[in-house]
Amino acid sequence: MESVSILIVDDEFSVRDSLTHWFKKDGHAVDAAENATQALHLLQERPHDIVFLDIKMPGMDGMELQERIHAIDPGIVIIVLTAFASVDTAVRAMKQGAFDYVTKPVDPDELSHLVERATRQQHLERENARLRETIDGLGGVELIVGTSPGMQRVFELIQMVARTDATVLIRGESGTGKELVARSIHASSTRRYFPIVPVNCGALPETLLESELFGHEKGAFTGAQFRRKGKLEMADGGTLFLDEIGTISLKMQVDLLRVLETKEFCRLGGSRPIKVDFRVVCATNEDLQVRVKEGTFREDLFYRINVFTLDVPPLRERSSDIPALAMHFVTKLAQQMDKRVTEISPAAMEKLRNHHWPGNVRELANAIERAMVVGKPPRIQPQDLPFLAPLVSDLPGQALADVERNHIAAVLNQTGWNIKAAARVLEIDRATLYNKIAKYHLRETRNGS
Amino acid sequence: MKPATAHEPLSHAPGARRAFGAHRAVLAVVPLLLPESEIRLPGLCQKLEELFGMTTRVHAGGFDPSSALDPSRGQYNSRALLEMLLHEARPEAARVLGVGGIDLFVPVLSYVFGEAELDGRVAVVSTHRLEPERYGLPPDPQLSAARLLKEATHELGHTFGLVHCREPDCVMHSSTYVEEIDLKLARFCPRCDFRRRAPAKGR
Repeated sequence: MESVSILIVDDEFSVRDSLTHWFKKDGHAVDAAENATQALHLLQERPHDIVFLDIKMPGMDGMELQERIHAIDPGIVIIVLTAFASVDTAVRAMKQGAFDYVTKPVDPDELSHLVERATRQQHLERENARLRETIDGLGGVELIVGTSPGMQRVFELIQMVARTDATVLIRGESGTGKELVARSIHASSTRRYFPIVPVNCGALPETLLESELFGHEKGAFTGAQFRRKGKLEMADGGTLFLDEIGTISLKMQVDLLRVLETKEFCRLGGSRPIKVDFRVVCATNEDLQVRVKEGTFREDLFYRINVFTLDVPPLRERSSDIPALAMHFVTKLAQQMDKRVTEISPAAMEKLRNHHWPGNVRELANAIERAMVVGKPPRIQPQDLPFLAPLVSDLPGQALADVERNHIAAVLNQTGWNIKAAARVLEIDRATLYNKIAKYHLRETRNGS
Repeated sequence: MKPATAHEPLSHAPGARRAFGAHRAVLAVVPLLLPESEIRLPGLCQKLEELFGMTTRVHAGGFDPSSALDPSRGQYNSRALLEMLLHEARPEAARVLGVGGIDLFVPVLSYVFGEAELDGRVAVVSTHRLEPERYGLPPDPQLSAARLLKEATHELGHTFGLVHCREPDCVMHSSTYVEEIDLKLARFCPRCDFRRRAPAKGR
């Protein structure tokens, strides 16, 4: 049997002592704790594979401790020890995720088999998780749909840069599929058997992003009850994908630059430097050069990440890909939703093709999903896509005020009534836009959504 | 070979390696409520001398293990016995082996065949669960003696810092039921033998 790390938690010395000796003779690394506090302390100090846990203990009992252990590491196998052969306790422990349940005194043969079974189960789970990560990471170029010249160029660049270890900056509007491009780079690289770890920098406030990236030691800040690995550590050997890099604060930019240059960092509240080896792929929908000029993005970090730039074209610039993309989503969603939708009518396809798609491929995917929810199988019809406002050019000639009204309404619908985005598209300020909305009595309508 | 006498060296087994003028380490063997009719001890000692290159001395003074008895279980606590044996051992004994006819247990387990201090000085084994009669089979003194030798060697192996071995026929392979003892041989596999002979810290 392979050597594993075992923690025994029991308030009885004789039980801790005898189990410790028993498992040491099997060549396992063994720790023992007489109460929950000691056990949690030991779990912070070093990782354990299996915990033998006494149900009846003074203070925090085994059931409560079991919950806390799983909160620290859901992968730990917990085997409950009890002197009380109570079915209730057994059921409760198993429901909370215990691997098995043994009544003291334990048959030595049963104990050996139990550890062997637990180890095998843990191996399978870890291998399963690793394979899942690998499969996720391997979903590469073949999953990006597009035959347009713009996308062919993207594929060429992916193949060109993937085999190198160069830092890549992916630029493109929101929803163009920058993460898919990052995954393709990872999947075609020599690091493909290690994880790709995505971090959405824009989704987290500065302090959370810091602990998400660097991890933290126990007690590093209020609420840091346990030690936690950060994304930088998780990406060791693989690829770190920093999405929306333009949103990080100036302080984080300094910290990140240091890590990218030295590939070394300390967890928050820690002093031990941790060495890591990962490739960095960043993505942004902003013009970082403008941000550098404005002084909101550090020039040195910009040059550090701007080694190889890859531009993903917006959907409106590759409208020839729309039919293939739309059918790709129909097939994929039909399977997920168990709905027998197999085609898109020519009129509906025309409507899709003529739309401006400010939200790019993500918007197209959402449009298809909405159409499949409301539409009747087997075909998507134009009426299933009412939320796609017709283009101004489709409208018959009208008075200037009507044209302005319709155009503003169309842009507002396209941006999902995002005033800031609509004002930018219309090239007017937000106050003017609010005035026009009031003037034309425009209202947000939610057709089909 | 005649049975051993108290604190007298047993004669060295033929073929046992011994450097000229070198003193062999002493293995003290302490009988624990072993039945009067037990005639296996001399044979066991001879084999252990061959295997470990040590001189065995059988402790003939009275040794009362009753304070290790757990009346509620009707079994003897082997960890308590180890402590008692260690206390009883003469300083010149490099290893102490208790050999009993009593049922052994450690608190969390229902029974054990034997117990030893890992990388320590003391071990204990019992014939109690090794006898075929216990499992409704006819007596087989040869089989019982072979099992006792394997278990004694196994527990002494632990005192040399050896842990359980994956090799199914190595004596250090773990046996949790009696038939498993029969599957292994009364010898160390080359890897365990090498480790046993290698000088270790604090030994």
